[in-house]
Amino acid sequence: MSATTDPKRGGFQLSQLIYDTRYRSMTIQIVALVFFLLGLGWLLNNAAQNLAALDKGLSFGFLGEAAGYDVNQKLVEYHNQMSHGRAALVGVLNTLLVAVLGCILATFLGVIIGVLRLSNNWVVARIMTFYIEMFRNVPVLLWIVLAMAIFIENLPAPKSFRGDDASMWFSETVAVTNQGIFIPRIMGTDYWWLFGVAIVVSVFFWRGINKWASDKQDRSGLRPSTWLIRLVALLLPVLVVYFATTAFTSGHQRDFLVRSTTAVASLDEIKAGKRPDLCFVGGSTSSLNASRVLEKFDIKYRRKKYVTHGGALEGFISGKCSMLSIADADMDQVMADVKENINGDGVLSAVSVDFTTGRALQIDYPALPAKGIPRFEGGTHIRGSLIALTLALALYTAAFIAEIVRAGIMAINKGQSEAAFALGLRPNRTMNLVVLPQALRVIIPPLISNYLNLTKNSSLAIAVGYMDITGTLGGITLNQTGREMESLLILMAIYLAISLTISSIMNWYNESVKLRER
Amino acid sequence: MSNIGYVRTKMLPEQVPPGSAVGPIKWIRENLFSSVLNTILTVLSVFFLYYVLAIVLPWVWYGSWTAGSLKECREVIAAAAGEYASEHGHGAACWSVIRERYLQLIYGFYPAEEYWRPNLTFALMLVALLPILFSNLPRKMLWFSAVYPFVAFWLLWGGSIFTPLGVMIGFVLGYALMLLMGKRFGSIVGTICAILAPILWWSLAVGPIDTALSGVVADMRAESYPAKLERSVSELAAINDVDGSMRFKLTAKRTLLSAFAQIDPARANVVEAKQSLVSAKAQGATADQIDVAETAVERAVSSLRRFKNEAGRVGLDPVESAKFGGFMLSIIIGVSGIVLSLPLGVLLALGRQTNLFIVKTLCVGFIEFIRGVPLITLLFVASTLLNYFLPPGTTFDIILRVVIMVTLFAAAYMAEVIRGGLAALPTGQYEAADALGLDYWKATRLIIMPQALKISIPGIVSTFIGLFKDTTLVSIIGLLDPIGLTANIRADANWNGIVWELYGFIALMFFVFCFGMSRYSMYLERKLKTGH
Repeated sequence: MSATTDPKRGGFQLSQLIYDTRYRSMTIQIVALVFFLLGLGWLLNNAAQNLAALDKGLSFGFLGEAAGYDVNQKLVEYHNQMSHGRAALVGVLNTLLVAVLGCILATFLGVIIGVLRLSNNWVVARIMTFYIEMFRNVPVLLWIVLAMAIFIENLPAPKSFRGDDASMWFSETVAVTNQGIFIPRIMGTDYWWLFGVAIVVSVFFWRGINKWASDKQDRSGLRPSTWLIRLVALLLPVLVVYFATTAFTSGHQRDFLVRSTTAVASLDEIKAGKRPDLCFVGGSTSSLNASRVLEKFDIKYRRKKYVTHGGALEGFISGKCSMLSIADADMDQVMADVKENINGDGVLSAVSVDFTTGRALQIDYPALPAKGIPRFEGGTHIRGSLIALTLALALYTAAFIAEIVRAGIMAINKGQSEAAFALGLRPNRTMNLVVLPQALRVIIPPLISNYLNLTKNSSLAIAVGYMDITGTLGGITLNQTGREMESLLILMAIYLAISLTISSIMNWYNESVKLRER
Repeated sequence: MSNIGYVRTKMLPEQVPPGSAVGPIKWIRENLFSSVLNTILTVLSVFFLYYVLAIVLPWVWYGSWTAGSLKECREVIAAAAGEYASEHGHGAACWSVIRERYLQLIYGFYPAEEYWRPNLTFALMLVALLPILFSNLPRKMLWFSAVYPFVAFWLLWGGSIFTPLGVMIGFVLGYALMLLMGKRFGSIVGTICAILAPILWWSLAVGPIDTALSGVVADMRAESYPAKLERSVSELAAINDVDGSMRFKLTAKRTLLSAFAQIDPARANVVEAKQSLVSAKAQGATADQIDVAETAVERAVSSLRRFKNEAGRVGLDPVESAKFGGFMLSIIIGVSGIVLSLPLGVLLALGRQTNLFIVKTLCVGFIEFIRGVPLITLLFVASTLLNYFLPPGTTFDIILRVVIMVTLFAAAYMAEVIRGGLAALPTGQYEAADALGLDYWKATRLIIMPQALKISIPGIVSTFIGLFKDTTLVSIIGLLDPIGLTANIRADANWNGIVWELYGFIALMFFVFCFGMSRYSMYLERKLKTGH
């Protein structure tokens, strides 16, 4: 006997929008949306009015205009006549450079500190705790500014290397100055990528040999001794490439394109004249050989560095340097091009030298000229701002990573390693096969979010004058063009893109190491 | 035979453990020299500690507190230490830079004779924080905590007392309307009223009421006040002539005096402008001429209003934001950001957890956007862009703009922390709340949030610490927080080249604040622990 009856069906009433849970959520959402759109409309309307009053429409045309400022550290060709967009690209690459270097260093330090903090040794554990608390509780900006200040105040100026006040390290190869650190540079050739191929081949061989040995061990129970063939597999491809590239780059006739006040026909005439500027492309065969030729003939020259051959040619045409080395086959073509486009005065001449070059690799050492402006030439210049920024970011982030590593290791049940010991696994295999795979699952997600933080914190580069994307696009470009809205929009979009890329990598990783459950 | 036993019937007395297994020796053996590797580590780290402390301690201890410049300081130290310094070459600290500049590092360029205002604000802040931090204090103290933000604003920036009062009344109005309308028409209408009414009140009523009240006060004061002012101006000028102090007060009083002097001419201007408008209309002037006359009237009226506002101000002498700096600025930005970001973060986290699609999308979009960009870009927005988004002609205080951006930034991180806490709650808690018949807000307030917040305490506090550290970024947009001031100090010819003393002092101050916060969070976690 069912006594209940359905409630009477009435028509839809307006009050149901508020009191009936079926409709209420719609009402709430629509009200929220209306408020949001009203607020947004108000903001945009204000912005439109204000921009109209200043006669500044929204336009991204400034990205194509000449930037007019120099950037001291550039990974791609850039000079001040290039566009603001190009300057922004240089900035993005600088941001990525400091982020990658910082992440590597921070991981390295963080893992060591995290493990040492778990050490049984009381003194070591206390020192590490002190390190972590010290870096975590003081703003990263202070560390960055402090690192830069120490760099500038405490290291010797280049000019003191002339006297006895300061000297270079490691038998005159590394100069640590307050402008940065100068280290020797390995100068490869155009064929440097062959070395990369060689290393890949070596790894391939190495793994093949390991697999072969394991298969044999599975079949016969004995593992063959492989150290000799592994050594051969490791060295052979590199050696082959080394000798092959040496053969490619030696014994060729070198051609120089020279611009001077009078026509020159030989290197002796150049030697007698004013000190030439050589357009120098790092890692290029023609530049490498050019420098060898000049050194062999004992000609003093200055290097103007470029990243690509195109950049060097442009530099030569615009008169930034007076000497350009060109591969023989291209000489006629380039000569014609240059004649057509060249500006300024000077006589163009091509000089040929017969010269046998030696090895495929050469090391370029930094050196201080005996006279003139005290500035190190040659080698690689790692700028003080880059070092201070990387170091401060890495030391700061390492404190956080250390805590993550510690938490990750502590999260693994002791039973896991005991069970592994019971199975007869040795300690290092227990670590590799049982503990680490599980600890990494706990460690990696927060680790990557710390990488993200480091990347975002790298925007503080502006405090030490490192030209990252915030310094170029968000700093000088913004101030010069007065395009605040557009610059900041692009700046935020770039950071957002970097962040989203890193976090999608994290999600992909999380997905791939997730415990497979029923 | 029977009394020969092989079983001992009496217990032997316990032996004293060997000396190496008890007390400090055991501890040292276990913790310092348990293996070869451990021994090496111990020796290395003790050597490292000795090396560092042998430099740092004498450097700190033999520092000079009296020298007037870095050069003089180095000479003093070299003379005092003599052989020690020349032998070790590490020298000693020049603490005199701290002694000379500590007031600036704390207050920035805030006028010295008004230091009592930030001091009082800070003391009152501690009073307002106590009932929030420690739950065993009387709950009635929370009323003071609620009023405190307005008191603090008024004390620090000065100006008319009617403005903070008006803003406060707006909040009261919103709350009252929410209760009233909520009871009468349901919570949605209540919420809408609670949002709309204060906005209307602030934008339409607060300004005019302030002006009207100031006008009345100015008229009342016009009789006797200027004479009194003149006397105090001459007194202050006498003091200022002697030692240069009291300059801020003197300037403020002079401005006030000139405002009184200008009221009458301004009033005459208004009358004149109105007359010329009337006569222009009567003579049948062109529309352009009438327009010009009308603008002239408006201008005259607004300048009269400005002078009256100035003269009739009931309150403290205003201090502009450009004078704020040092740790005072860090604490202002940090504390406001902390206080505002927690409720906003809670709302965002709830928004992200609901099944209302539009609300959820808005919250997710906001959180992910803010978390994807560095704070410095948001500060650039605050310094260069925010004024574009406000009605034309409004200017907005830079510190307020920075606080808004820092709050939004911290709120997004806070939302994620609290979302973690919400996700960690068992579903049974939500279902139990539903079973009790509680509505959404009641369930959230009484059951969900207390537990979720408790779970997320470590995360919340570390967000707070992060926010407080991030206040240093304002130095990049030109505000003079401690790090911004270091550039100033190091540019001074006297202190050019100083590094460790200055940054060490600032780092120590930040360390004390942040470390204190993290210790408090540990205390709170222990106190709220309900597990076994």
